[in-house]
Amino acid sequence: MATSGMPWNRKDLISIEELTADEIQTVFKTARAFKKILDRRTAKTPALRGKTVVNLFFENSTRTRVAFEMAATKLSADVMSLDMKTSSTSKGETLRDTVENIRALAADIIVIRHSSPGAASYIARVLDIPVLNAGDGAHEHPTQALLDCYTLQEKFGGLRGLKIAILGDILYSRVARSNIWAMTKLGADVTVVGPATLVPKEFEQLGVTVSHDLKSALADKDAVMLLRIQHERQNVSAFPSLNEYTKMFGLNKTRLSWLKKNAVIMHPGPINRGVEIDSELADSSQSVILDQVTNGLATRMAALYLCSGGKAESLAES
Amino acid sequence: MSETIWIKSGRIIDPKNGRDESGDIFIADGEVVDRPSKETLEKATQIDASGLVVCPGLVDLHVHFRVPGQTHKETILTGTQAAAAGGFTSVVCMPNTNPPADTAGTIQFIKDAVGREALVHVFPTGCITVGSDGERLAPTGSLRDAGIVAISDGGRCVQNNGLMRRAVEYAHMFGIPVIDHCQGYSLSAGGVMNEGFISTKLGLRGSPTEAEDVMVSRNVILSAKTGARIHLQHITSKNAIDIIKRAKSRGVNITAEATPHHMSFSDTEISSFDTNFKMNPPLRSEADRAAILDALTDGTIDCIATGHAPHSDYEKDVEFDNAPFGVIGLETALSATLNQLYHSKRLSLADTLSLLTYRPSEILNLNKGNLSLGADGDVAIFDPDLEWTPNSDSFLSKSANSPWIGRPLRGKIVKTIVSGKLIYDDRMAIS
Repeated sequence: MATSGMPWNRKDLISIEELTADEIQTVFKTARAFKKILDRRTAKTPALRGKTVVNLFFENSTRTRVAFEMAATKLSADVMSLDMKTSSTSKGETLRDTVENIRALAADIIVIRHSSPGAASYIARVLDIPVLNAGDGAHEHPTQALLDCYTLQEKFGGLRGLKIAILGDILYSRVARSNIWAMTKLGADVTVVGPATLVPKEFEQLGVTVSHDLKSALADKDAVMLLRIQHERQNVSAFPSLNEYTKMFGLNKTRLSWLKKNAVIMHPGPINRGVEIDSELADSSQSVILDQVTNGLATRMAALYLCSGGKAESLAES
Repeated sequence: MSETIWIKSGRIIDPKNGRDESGDIFIADGEVVDRPSKETLEKATQIDASGLVVCPGLVDLHVHFRVPGQTHKETILTGTQAAAAGGFTSVVCMPNTNPPADTAGTIQFIKDAVGREALVHVFPTGCITVGSDGERLAPTGSLRDAGIVAISDGGRCVQNNGLMRRAVEYAHMFGIPVIDHCQGYSLSAGGVMNEGFISTKLGLRGSPTEAEDVMVSRNVILSAKTGARIHLQHITSKNAIDIIKRAKSRGVNITAEATPHHMSFSDTEISSFDTNFKMNPPLRSEADRAAILDALTDGTIDCIATGHAPHSDYEKDVEFDNAPFGVIGLETALSATLNQLYHSKRLSLADTLSLLTYRPSEILNLNKGNLSLGADGDVAIFDPDLEWTPNSDSFLSKSANSPWIGRPLRGKIVKTIVSGKLIYDDRMAIS
């Protein structure tokens, strides 16, 4: 089931686009080892003891922020989460100046979430310490895709030939983009589906099928990943109302039945119950939504560990 | 100004007069003259132009010199130094300054600064609307009296078609051309780059070419209705070029320009998130870029203009979304143009130079861009084959926001003469 992957030589984790399938497997292998450690009674490892991880979140977050805090803590690092809404960026300080100042305050690793595509790679160029992208606008959210694909690999043994539908607001979604890169690199067969105003044809050039017809898009799929409507990124209405969206594209029992019998339901969170997914489906036995969240802890530990120079082989098997 | 200059043994290319031959050019009292007497020649400043091209000083219909109010980006002095370094002896500056050039007083302020500092000829434009807000007409008549050569709303575009109609009719009465930056805001809607595969991949908001097409259409229609001259800035869209071609075949009084950066780069450059590739209108697809080159070759696009838009390094050194639009271009324009049109064998050297000399001049009746006897002594001398690669220290402009940093270019200005005085010498910049 597992491949050995290739050595990780990156100081930063910015995008899935630049990773090879082998590098992704290295992250999975490392995450697997951390998951075992998390199952132990003393679920901590000294791997990052003495280091300080600073979470710079310019956009709201529950899962990602808590997962990165938890991951850093489990690795014995000190962690600080900054709410950038109260920072001096409100006084006109640039992003560059902000991160250089934080670096000067002895931060060892920065995890950044920002509303501008390219923000993570920008500060990674500017700083000499590891930078992890926790989401840069609609561009990429690499740790999300890693935990999503880890979950699928855990469930199905691998992604090669797996049929996956990503349903919802693709255009404004960094989760969609990172998952498209990761899933296609790992050999999955991906369809993106949603309203024509949110799923433009250009996505075909990334090696996926583009569809605006829910029935044919969901037919026979092994997994469906639901995406929330990204109100905060749209500035022009892309469809008439949430009501209409739910009616035309929301996942309900009937539509779920079009997938394979044991298909899984995924969602990166946060869920808008009753909008993109019927409330009871989110809690059904086919949902792996909370498994994704749990896997998000081990994969983020892996990301922090590898970017700090940790070696996958050094992790003791228990 | 009583100095005589004798430019010797150059390849003289004067596209307006159909001249491409080796010979000498003589300048006396600030004008192009016939061969003077032997005595005069003995006292003349001699410039050896062997192996070099001697052509009319270049003309740029579209620069932003940031005076008044934004002199951290550029001043009249540094802007005209940059112009001279690029071989440009006449430039037309845009009115999107701070305050905008929508009153005679601001035009006078600009002219005073030009009188004190300019090393090349600078022609001011005035706003179409007050504050370039697109709501009320600016006082075109007063602006005309103050000395503008055209009206434009700078980087903005009047959205209200009824207002634009009145603006065009009114300006036409004074014989003042209207220059428009063609952009329909409801389609461009916050876009920071071209809408296409790259914007889809990067998750950056894209502005489709249709935002340009609708306003090109609007302007063609209004020009046809009123007979007024409308000049279309920085055309980037294949479909817009098609509209312009058909309009011209019907005799509509429109002209169009394209920039060196739009003819040289496509939106694939944005993958690096380098803000030196962020401008408005944005870099488009390869198909659009090819259409621009075709249009320059077949005359659908009349001239090349740089859109020179300086921004300080700290202004551009931010996230892509937040960086201001615009790149400098005066010092790289000739080289980039030679690369795309002449070295690529699309056009002869003379036809290439026409796009930078008499053809832009004619659009605004500037009476520049040629070496006829009695013409102003504005001359550019260049080496068409000299290879160079700009870096951030290469520029005389106050700003260095250039997409050509690190990119090899072929062709460089060696000397620039304005009103019969040697203003730029590549061995040293003179002021």
